[in-house]
Amino acid sequence: MSLVFAGIMSHGPGMTARADRADPAVREPFYAALGRLRGALEQSRPDALIVIAAEHFANFFMNNMPAYAIGMADEYEGPIEDPEWLRIPRRTIPGASDLSRRIIEKVMEKVDVAYAEEWKFDHGIMVPLNFLTPRFDLPVIPANINCQGPPLTPLTRAYEFGRAIRAACDAVPERVALVGTGGISHWPATPNSGKINVEWDREFLERWTRNDRDALTSYTDAETLRDAGQGGFEIRTLTAVAGACEGHQGDVWFCEPIPIFATSGFVAVMDVGSAAEAKAA
Amino acid sequence: MLNLLNSSVASGFAGTMSLYTLQKLFYELNRDPGVQEAFTADREALLARYRLSEEEADAVRSDDIGKLYILGVNGQILMHFAAWRGFAWDEYIQAMKDALAEHGQVRAGIYAAVDGGEGGAL
Repeated sequence: MSLVFAGIMSHGPGMTARADRADPAVREPFYAALGRLRGALEQSRPDALIVIAAEHFANFFMNNMPAYAIGMADEYEGPIEDPEWLRIPRRTIPGASDLSRRIIEKVMEKVDVAYAEEWKFDHGIMVPLNFLTPRFDLPVIPANINCQGPPLTPLTRAYEFGRAIRAACDAVPERVALVGTGGISHWPATPNSGKINVEWDREFLERWTRNDRDALTSYTDAETLRDAGQGGFEIRTLTAVAGACEGHQGDVWFCEPIPIFATSGFVAVMDVGSAAEAKAA
Repeated sequence: MLNLLNSSVASGFAGTMSLYTLQKLFYELNRDPGVQEAFTADREALLARYRLSEEEADAVRSDDIGKLYILGVNGQILMHFAAWRGFAWDEYIQAMKDALAEHGQVRAGIYAAVDGGEGGAL
């Protein structure tokens, strides 16, 4: 069929682990925007959900680090973190190995992607699923972009990865939804956790919503590190979603700093520009 | 080749090989309940399986989260480990702030503190 949905959201573990410590005046509208995202995802009637995430050494380590990886299993387990700390119970999440395989084969025509038949989800996927598919019943295809262990893939390649995923989704009969997750500016897991450059976040999302490939891919890693912290390297996941929707624009539903969550809480969607989407609406 | 792992390497005698190994220990610990059991049962025996500097091994022995942060352990790996060791969020952030004041800037990797470690959400 095609890509039927595309959105992006933050994934900080604080969104569940420290939910009670966030200012309700910001937290509640953020959760409402996430609820709206869940509604839009459900309305697109997806058969499976690809989550492009930036995992944090849960599965891939510097002994053999893929720039890009896609899961190819029938089930996954998560969270890898202490469930009581993350406040998401450990569980099995359904996968879709056959669909994964067909998508991977198609992506490989453009991008050398690694595949993984084992994958433990960390907060980067579990937190989004907790809000978007709280029953954990929609088959998930995890995709990862290395944003942790330099050397990192160039932003232009992240955009191409998204384009390749789009071509793959257009080539399979299933209805596929896509969600990219990562922080925008943030300095997580440092003494500065909670520092947020909200102007940078809004500028990034502005480039994202108009799907300006050149502007999205013009940040150097040195600039990102300086202005958006090492957590800012995760913009690769969001840039890939823009690539999947090349030629189409997006809309920001929420973006406000929530320091105890270590990032801006944000929610945005992209017009996937497909016949399938028009039919769903 | 291994120096590619770290954008700035100033860890002195240990070099990057043992920081790599130190992070490998936490990577395996964070994802493998069997390694967690081995850690709990006999930490010294587990440590013997990894070639670490004395400074690194001491930090692991004493759950010194702040020192491990300064040594350059990737923040995400360390956050998971700190949670598993029972550090409350504020204790974990404070341990890094205290270690920054005591030992100075992070010695390797991309998780260096900024603004002198000030700010952040406690």
